[in-house]
This record gives sequence, structure tokens and C-alpha cells, in this order.
Amino acid sequence: MLKIKDLFASVEGTQILKGLTLQVNPGEVHAIMGPNGSGKSTLSKILAGNPQYTVDSGSVEYDPGGRSFDLLGLEPDVRAKEGVFLAFQYPVEVPGVPTSMFLRAAYNAVCRHHGVEEMDPMDFDVFLHEKMKALDMDDKFIDRAVNVDFSGGEKKRNEILQMAVLNPRLAVLDETDSGLDVDSMKIVSSGVNKLRNKTNAMIVITHYQRLLNYIKPDFVHVLLKGRIIKSGGPELALEVENRGYDWLVK
Amino acid sequence: MKDASEYPSDNKLTGDYKYGFSSEVDSDTIPKGLNEDVVRLISLKKGEPPFMLEWRLKAFRHWQGMKEPHWPNFEYRPIDYQDIRYYSAPRKKGDGPASLAEVDAEVVKTFEKLGIPLSEQKRLTGVAVDAVFDSVSVGTTHQAELEKMGIIFCPISEALQKHPDLVAKYIGTVVPYQDNFFASLNSAVFTDGSFCYIPPGVRCPVELSTYFRINAKETGQFERTLIVADKGAYVSYLEGCTAPVRDENQLHAAVVELIALDDAEIKYSTVQNWYAGDKEGRGGIYNFVTKRGKCAGRNSRISWTQVEAGSAITWKYPSCILQGDNSVGEFYSVALTNNRMLADTGTKMIHIGKNTTSTIISKGISSDYAHNSYRGLVKILPSADNARNFSQCDSMLIGNNCSANTFPYIEVENNSATTEHEATTSRISADQIFYLQSRGLEKEEAISLVINGFCKEVFKTLPLEFAVEAVKLLEMKLEGSVG
Repeated sequence: MLKIKDLFASVEGTQILKGLTLQVNPGEVHAIMGPNGSGKSTLSKILAGNPQYTVDSGSVEYDPGGRSFDLLGLEPDVRAKEGVFLAFQYPVEVPGVPTSMFLRAAYNAVCRHHGVEEMDPMDFDVFLHEKMKALDMDDKFIDRAVNVDFSGGEKKRNEILQMAVLNPRLAVLDETDSGLDVDSMKIVSSGVNKLRNKTNAMIVITHYQRLLNYIKPDFVHVLLKGRIIKSGGPELALEVENRGYDWLVK
Repeated sequence: MKDASEYPSDNKLTGDYKYGFSSEVDSDTIPKGLNEDVVRLISLKKGEPPFMLEWRLKAFRHWQGMKEPHWPNFEYRPIDYQDIRYYSAPRKKGDGPASLAEVDAEVVKTFEKLGIPLSEQKRLTGVAVDAVFDSVSVGTTHQAELEKMGIIFCPISEALQKHPDLVAKYIGTVVPYQDNFFASLNSAVFTDGSFCYIPPGVRCPVELSTYFRINAKETGQFERTLIVADKGAYVSYLEGCTAPVRDENQLHAAVVELIALDDAEIKYSTVQNWYAGDKEGRGGIYNFVTKRGKCAGRNSRISWTQVEAGSAITWKYPSCILQGDNSVGEFYSVALTNNRMLADTGTKMIHIGKNTTSTIISKGISSDYAHNSYRGLVKILPSADNARNFSQCDSMLIGNNCSANTFPYIEVENNSATTEHEATTSRISADQIFYLQSRGLEKEEAISLVINGFCKEVFKTLPLEFAVEAVKLLEMKLEGSVG
């Protein structure tokens, strides 16, 4: 589904990713761990197409099923329409725009892209409330402006709600656990787990092993100084939790 | 409305201003310059009753003793008032009152290009239009149906001939000829505009609308609009404006007076899209307008809604004098400035009567090198027991080179009054746009969503068709300015 080959990327003139290679197949969940500044968030932003980040070299091939794209050549909105989703570490506030209006605009944009009929406001309302119930979200939530005056936990839940609405093929969760208490983490994780299936894939970026108790990864990678220096199964996350990153450098 | 972009423009200067074309029209113009003879000539051409000429001359003499004001929050080059032509009209085919059939074909075509069909077959449903081309009104639709209800909607020059007493009774009662420099100038040389009278108890069934078009070069447009809603009457009035792309600045100094008697309501909406000049700030309209409404009667209501998206310089403060007890004044504004545009706009709410209320919602959007200021006065006089005002002034900045300012003045002389003022400044950031894009919205859709959210409270006060136009207009203006 995703083949990242020898990726070098920079932000504001500083090279952060230095030869990252990673392959993700349908149905797999990959966890990426690493200390601050190792390039975890840069990877997520490059995959989503943030224009403030530049790719210096390397390639990213994306195949959502049946068709293959040079992901780096697509506009951010086209990536989203083709099933790439980034749950932001710091979701952005959009004053004045009600969450429900935003979600429907996004959902219908994806429909139009695939030549599927758009959903009318009534049907969408029903659809949205089902998704919200699964995430234990209050009804009033969708009348509020996107992320404005949301608590940290609400913002993260809103990200997962968007993910549930857009039903992506490849979801990248960028430190979705940061700022969450244990109860919120359980709810968010169960929301994420509901979206796991044989055709979808996920990349879960996290500092802590804790989240991986709830979202069980198939593979764990350690990212350091812009490269993946070690890959393994779930046990690698536990080892990192116990021993830190220093032992991997030697 | 018809999309004017279907008609190609050969003027390369126009860029993204799709109304920037000019029309070849055989015109009756007078030489440049201003003196008493010009004032007399205008009055003569209009066949006005003597009281009007006298009033014009008083205004002119008063104006001669006045100085051009320069207090807004920007600089502009002084205007040479002798270098302006004060009258230009498309030549009529014959004598006598112009019917739509006699209007120059080029003029009719111009309005069609602008999405304002004048002919009976094609006219807009639900909207009666008075089309003003340079200095004169060239046609008013739906007149016959309105007449049946006793509604008068016609060019003010026609009203001066057919209903002189009515005009004499109200003109200058809200904006006197001594009011300010530009209002005095307008009083002396106004050439046309719309007159509208709604008789007692009548609810005007269609939107009344005036569409102003400046076409001729080096010509100023000085129109005067007077709207009177008699006891218990209701009217919703729309105003639209465009002008061709030209290198020089053109002056537009209009006066609008609204009068609402007991239990009457007037809604006045403007979508202003005069040519704003090019990216370097060359050319564009100087839009110096005096708009004021008087809630003269008890329980009367006046609402101003404006979407200001054009003009090199906009300088206007649609205001309400809340004289009648329980009267209500409202001001909803979206002012968008881009490139080198300058806008200093806001309102005045003057509370005189008891239990009067006013609401001010102002949204300023500024991008590129533009300057956008809100300037407003809420004045509560000693007589205005229990007066209430709520003001909200929000600014949005796009990019780092533009500016936004808010100058709220509040003067309260009655202890029972309540005033509230809220203000915010925000910025459309590249992060916001990326966030929305990463959910599948195209960049333009993302910008439009943010702008819509920001202006929502104002747009919802516009008649639906106008609201759609306004959204499209802002999107078009802001294309390419974010990120």
C-alpha cells in the first residue's frame, strides 16, 4: 500500500529525514517511536503534503487498491480524497466554521472526487450522530466551531471523528495519545480499532508504549536522526519503554 | 443572475475584475470643471422645479467655503475638482421620457453583461431594478405593478417632475446640504439616483434595486437616493455597483437618505464592487459616500447591510438616527480590502428616543498591502432612556503586510443605557488551509469555508441571491492571496 524509499526531507532549510525507508501493506498497523526531533512528525507532514516541508530526494508510492500513485506529486486534498488521513498532533482551530458544516463539506468533497452522490444534510446528520456515539461525544460538539475552545482531549477525539467520517485507507496518527487521560485514550483507541480491517493500514506515531497497549501494532520501528534504525514486533516497543533509545545507538 | 464572465473582455488590465470592460456609448457630456453655471446646467438638463435649483446653489455656495477632509486612517492625493466632468449621459434617441425601448442598445447590452437584464422579457423575477449609467437612470423595471400598490420607485429626476412635493418634503432632512464636504458637493451636482416611496401599511412585494454603473472617463458619479417608508410600510432595497478598469481615479460621492415613519421598516443592502485599481494601486474608484437613515417614527427599524469589496478608497459610515421611541438600528458589514485598497468604514448609531436599540456587526478582511479600518460611533443622548447597543468588530488578516484597525467611539449621556463592545483580530493561516485541505477540501474551498464562517452573521442578513453573489465575489477577490 505504501512504499517509502530513501526519503530525505527538510523544513526551513534543515534536513530532518535522512534516508527513511518503510513499507506498509494492507491490514497492517505500524508503530513509529523515537525521541524528540527524530523526524516522526516530519514524516507525517510529508505524507499529508504540508507545503512548509520539502522533499529533497526519495520516493513515496501509494496504492490504495488497484491504482498506484506517486504520493509526493499529489495536492494535499487529492491525497485525502484518495484515502490518506493524518490525525494532527496539534489540530488547528477554524473560528466561525461549525464542525458539522466542515465535516459534511469534507465528506462531500471526497464523494465528488469518486463520482459518488453527495449526502444531503439530513442523512449526513444521522450518519454523523452514529459516528459520534461510538466516540462518546456530546451532541453539542458538532455545533461548535472547529476545534475552537476545545479541550486537548476533545481536539483529539475530533480528529478520530473526522477519521471515522472519511474512512481512510491509510491513517497516520501523529501522537494522538499526547494530552489524553486514560479514559479518553481508551475511547480514542477503541474508535481507531473499529476502523482496522484487512484493507486499511495505519501508521501510529507515539512517544510512549502506553498507547500500543490499546492499539496493538504488527510492527514497531525506531526512528532516530531521520532514519529507521531498528524494526521489530510489539516487543520492541516494550524494550524501548524499559531501556530508552541509547542502547540502540551503540 | 447571469455570469458576466461569459463575455470576454479584451482589456488586459482587468485581471480578475470581470466587470472591468467599458462600453462605446454616444454620450451627452459637459466640459470638465465646476462653477455655478454647471450646477444650473445640470438642473436645467433635468428639467427640475425651481426649489431644487435653489437648494443646489445653496449647497454649492456652502461647499465652496469648505475644505476637503483628511481625517481617515490613510493618505490620498488631493482631488482636483476642476478636472472632473459632472455630467455624462447616454444620448436618448428622441425627446420625451425614455422608455426602455429607447435606451441605447449598447447600454442595454452593458447591463446584460453585468447580469442585469432590463427588457421586460428577461428581467429578474422578484427584483425591480433602476439602472443608473454614469449620470442618469436609463430604465426602471416593474414600475407598472408597483404603481398599482401606490409604491413609487423611479429615478429621482423623474420624481422631481412627477412628485415634487414628496421630494421637497424629505430631501435633505436626514443629510442636510451642509452636512459634510462630499455631501455638500453631492447636493450641488447630483445627477440621478433612485427615489422610492412606500405608502402607509404597504409591504413592498419585490426587492427594489438600483444598479450603478460608471462608464465614461474622467467623470464623477454623484447620485442621490431617497427612500421613504410611510407608517407601517416595509421595503427591502438592494444596491450594486461596478465600473470599468481605468488608470485614473474616479470619484463617486453619493448620498443616501432613508426615512422610516411609525412602525415602518427599511432594509438596505449594498454589494459594492467598484473597480479597485491594479496590484500597484493605480486607478480605481474613490468611494466617498454619505448614507444615513432616520427612524423618525415609533417602533421603526432601519437595517444597513453592506458587502464592500471594491474601490481604491472606501470611506463611508451608513448611520441611523434613532429618534422614534422603541426604534431599532442595525449595521451589518463585511469590508474586504486586497492589493493596495484602503477602507475606512463603520457606522454611527445616534440614540435619541426611549428604548431604542442598535446592533453593529462589522467584519473586516484585509490582505496583501491593504488597510482596513472600522470606525464607529455609538451616541446615547440624555433623552434615550433604556437605550441599548451591542457592537462586535472582528478583523481578519491574510498575510503579513496588511493592517486592520478598530476605532470605536462610545458616548453615553444617560445612565440607564447599556452598551457592549466586542472586538477580535484573527488571521487566516497557512496551517488552517493545510488542515482543511488534508480533509479533502481544495484550497479555494478551504478559503471560502473560513471566509464564510467569519462573515456568516452578516451574510445571513442579505437576501439569498445577494448572499450567494457576495460569497462568490469574496472568493474571487481572495483567490491566490493565501499561502
